[in-house]
Amino acid sequence: MSLKNDLEVLRDQGLTQIKATESMKDLNDIRVKLLGKKGPITNVLRGMKDLSPEERPKVGAFANEIRDTLTTAIETRKNSLEAEALNKQLAAETIDVTLPGRQVHVGTSHILTQTMDDIEELFIGMGYQVVDGPEVEEDHYNFEMMNIPKNHPARDMQDTFYITNELLMRTHTSPVQARTLEKHDFSQGPLKMISPGRVFRRDTDDATHSHQFHQIEGLVVDKHITMADLKGTLEVLAKHVFGAERTIRLRPSYFPFTEPSVEVDVSCFACGGKGCAVCKYTGWIEVLGAGMVHPNVIKNAGIDPDVYGGFAFGLGPDRFAMLKYGIDDIREFYLNDIRFLHQFNTEG
Amino acid sequence: MKISYKWLQDYIPLSEDPDVLADKVSRTGIEVASVIRPETGLKKIVVGHINAMAPHPDSDHLNICQVDVGEAEDYQIVCGAPNVAPGQNVIVALPNSRIAGNTKIKKSKMRGVQSMGMICSLQEIGFSENVVPKEFANGIYVFQEPVTVGAPVFKYLGMDDIILDFDITPNRADTLGMHGAAWEVGAMYAEKPKFETNDLVETGQSIANELSVDVTNKNLVPAYYLRRIHNVKLQPSPMWLQTRLWNAGIRPINNVVDITNYVMITYGQPLHAFDANKLTSDHIVVRQAQKKETLETLDEVTRQLSTDDIVITDDSQTPIALAGIMGGKQSEIDGNTTDVILESAVFDGAAIRKTAQRQNLRTDASTRFEKGVDTSAIIEALNAAAALLVKYAAATVDQGYLTGQAIKPQAVTIPIKLDRINHILGTSLTLDQVIEIFHNLGFGTAVTDGELIKVTVPPRRWDIHIEADLVEEIARMYGYDRLPVSLPKVAMTPGEFNPQQKFIRHAKRQLQSAGLSEVISYALTTEVKATQFKMTQLDQLTKLNWPMTEDHAYLRLNLVSGLLNDIAYNVARKQTDLAIYEQGRVFPKPEQQVRPNEVEYLAGAITGLTQSPNWLEPKQAADFYTLKGIVTNYLATLALKDAVVYRATDRYSEMHPGRTADIYIGDQFVGFIGQVHPLIAKQYDIHETYVFQLDLTKLLEMPNQRIVSQPAPKYPAVSRDIALVVPENTTNAQIDAVIRRRGGQYLQRIKLFDVYQGKNIATGYKSMAYSLQFQNPEDTLTEGVINEQMTHILDYLKSELNAEIR
Ligand SMILES: [Zn+2]
Repeated sequence: MSLKNDLEVLRDQGLTQIKATESMKDLNDIRVKLLGKKGPITNVLRGMKDLSPEERPKVGAFANEIRDTLTTAIETRKNSLEAEALNKQLAAETIDVTLPGRQVHVGTSHILTQTMDDIEELFIGMGYQVVDGPEVEEDHYNFEMMNIPKNHPARDMQDTFYITNELLMRTHTSPVQARTLEKHDFSQGPLKMISPGRVFRRDTDDATHSHQFHQIEGLVVDKHITMADLKGTLEVLAKHVFGAERTIRLRPSYFPFTEPSVEVDVSCFACGGKGCAVCKYTGWIEVLGAGMVHPNVIKNAGIDPDVYGGFAFGLGPDRFAMLKYGIDDIREFYLNDIRFLHQFNTEG
Repeated sequence: MKISYKWLQDYIPLSEDPDVLADKVSRTGIEVASVIRPETGLKKIVVGHINAMAPHPDSDHLNICQVDVGEAEDYQIVCGAPNVAPGQNVIVALPNSRIAGNTKIKKSKMRGVQSMGMICSLQEIGFSENVVPKEFANGIYVFQEPVTVGAPVFKYLGMDDIILDFDITPNRADTLGMHGAAWEVGAMYAEKPKFETNDLVETGQSIANELSVDVTNKNLVPAYYLRRIHNVKLQPSPMWLQTRLWNAGIRPINNVVDITNYVMITYGQPLHAFDANKLTSDHIVVRQAQKKETLETLDEVTRQLSTDDIVITDDSQTPIALAGIMGGKQSEIDGNTTDVILESAVFDGAAIRKTAQRQNLRTDASTRFEKGVDTSAIIEALNAAAALLVKYAAATVDQGYLTGQAIKPQAVTIPIKLDRINHILGTSLTLDQVIEIFHNLGFGTAVTDGELIKVTVPPRRWDIHIEADLVEEIARMYGYDRLPVSLPKVAMTPGEFNPQQKFIRHAKRQLQSAGLSEVISYALTTEVKATQFKMTQLDQLTKLNWPMTEDHAYLRLNLVSGLLNDIAYNVARKQTDLAIYEQGRVFPKPEQQVRPNEVEYLAGAITGLTQSPNWLEPKQAADFYTLKGIVTNYLATLALKDAVVYRATDRYSEMHPGRTADIYIGDQFVGFIGQVHPLIAKQYDIHETYVFQLDLTKLLEMPNQRIVSQPAPKYPAVSRDIALVVPENTTNAQIDAVIRRRGGQYLQRIKLFDVYQGKNIATGYKSMAYSLQFQNPEDTLTEGVINEQMTHILDYLKSELNAEIR
């Protein structure tokens, strides 16, 4: 059985060489040398015709077995050489991941816009329309329709920029409500609206006053709207803007366009109601005015106040933003210092 | 209105802690702005009696006083007050005491003389200058009534009282009197206030023998009553009255004036006292002022009157008072006064308001008349004042009062149904609960059918007219905290932004993603800035008729000037790399209109570096093409049907004439883009700045391309590059137009990838290189087809633009 011996030697030597190979080229040479057409195994197989018929299948099977063993060994070695080469390349490609990334410039939306968008989206979600109206308004809509006739003492409460006797810069966004109420077709359903926008007061600009600021007013009118509905709606608003743990309280107040009228306080978000500098140690912060729509306002819009009624509220996004972000000067909003604006770039 | 806690206790039994009371009042009716305890922070301040006094040897104004402060021995105190004298009872701040402003008083030496504390003025222990009686204004306070030496001064000065500062809304003027305040507080505690009055004894002759009165305009003067008083002994008021006045913020003057003021804060009814002997006639006429009439008021200002003013006159000749606002100097009560005419009246609120505004003269009286008074208390107040004059000024009062105009106080009856109240409030109150609240408020009720309540509201609550007013009374007295909480139960309505709101939000998002930050500027600006950068010549300015300052007097016609203001503000603060935009309205006014239109604009500005140098990239300065790219990308997202065209223009005087383009969509002008003129930039104190301004209202109306999905191309596109040398004034738009016109049906995209001038290019020429992309969606394009098309294009570039192909 010297042939078998030869094959075993061939196998053992081959395996040793394969294992020692360090390059793909050497490995390829070994493969050609051992398994190629002129290689020893091919030779053995070729020489089979000289063997006896009993020996032939045994030797053949053994030769094939050795060929498979060597083929597998070469394949395994090839895989491991490739992996080594790749690892080497990857190591060479290493970068400093702590270097800063390429700059991408994205602008921010103004904090007042963010504040208003947030509230508008809340009310859109509750089925309200968002209604815009003119910033230059008629005395008729700004005052008279809102139950503030000429010479009404409440006209003192809002000093007005007039353009002519009948034309003015709106002092609130309520005239948008008057205009919408006048046009609304109640056979198509209730009126649920908010009116955001710029408003103007004849004021000297200082840390807490601005001749231009913003308002969002809300109005719901239908046949069965209650003050409890107002309370519930404002609670949703307060929790949305100031946090889920907030509670609200209503205090009596006076607005010509609502009766009853209330001021609305929210429990202090800075101290949770225990009392701190933000809430002036009362635990509460006044955030908006509200009430049940005055029957005269309903009547002025040509609607029967015995059948229809509702609630209204008005809030100042400037004040909301000042409270929420601890801004102590309202002029910051309109001076537009880029460092001030860029602080609010975490819009969610 | 400053409400004395002790005074309230005269009317209702009250033991509530004043802070708790204040909170309750705030929660049910009237905001209490603060609770003031006048003696807070003061200590060791006692009554002293000056036993002896000698001049300080080393001073011409200091005196050395020996003061009994209730100790075994007198204290020696040096005092510099001009009015100090032996025998006085005075306010002494002992050594180690605290006076106003948290100032500590110690033993000290004054010019070598030991001083054991300090003799004080009222101001030094915290009184406002406005309430200190004139005779003590420039010196120490001297007690006028018996006091216990050594005792703390606070109770004698009313400083042990607690003052609730009611912040009264215009509708609740009924609480501008202590009676009204007592009703309000009483209602909260279910206590009916009890008011005691002095009976008036009339010992004089019949008033009609001495005085007559005429009111010419009954609408402006709904009520007018007079009383005639004799033998008045003018003197300081008793201490209890003085302390009540100064705790209410009113300066004591003399007993006659003080009594009118005291009655005013008791009833809320302003009174006026004339010195009868200073009048030239016994006939009082109330009328409107005449043109060119003047009146010197008590504050010694001579006022030009107008026919809108109501005046009290002396036999219709001389005005002696500006009705309802302030009396005349000429008939003022003074030290010689013995005879007094007392007036209690109602004047039309609107007229008083107008006069007070025009004269810039708001008084306690005018505030009350503007907001209304209790018509049932007018005569009562007049009589109460007369009775007090008898008691405290030894006066005799004529029999009866004169009526210039009589008013009949009317209670108002308002029917309201129980279910209506519950319907509006969302409550389920019972009839008993509601009726109890009305009774606590002092309203009468009559119930029919077990649910209809006829509520009778007394005249002292003239703010209540309608059902809604009653609902408010119920709501606040029941307590807003106890109202249930719900959400409107109504038919579903869709909530969504309208197309314009969506369009505007889209524009903002696009610019932000391109790196521009939003600003909000003022819509009111100067005349110059309002007009700059305006987009149509016909637009006119709108001016406020009474601006606060010239800085904010005109409605803007552009947004760019606001952006430049913002840039200037930042540049002044060393922030020089800026990319900002504003979305807002401008107010162009066509010539025939009074009212300006309101047009939504969008404008942006960039200046400085758009890319600061860093380890990856070199710095990049803002330029025309940076901004143009932003605008072009934004406009592309609008999927407009017509092409966006930039046309060079020099028509804006505020813009660089060679670096500005009008922007058209098809043939519709929508805005401009370019560099701010260097001279304008200099005026604003800013560096090189590029701006654009677009009319969003117009853009919104532009026809859109409906987006129809196209399958991704199946056949490959083929690109060809060409480089042209053209005369340097040839524009990209011209070349682009020729290529597009001659490009054939398969030309898909033209991209300019190089512009070059300099070496190897003749002077006056430039090289421009384009990459053209062709594609046939149905088949693979052959070389032959493309070559043929390219030849065609190049021929025309040569013939039409003198282009030379490199
Ligand atoms: Zn707090």
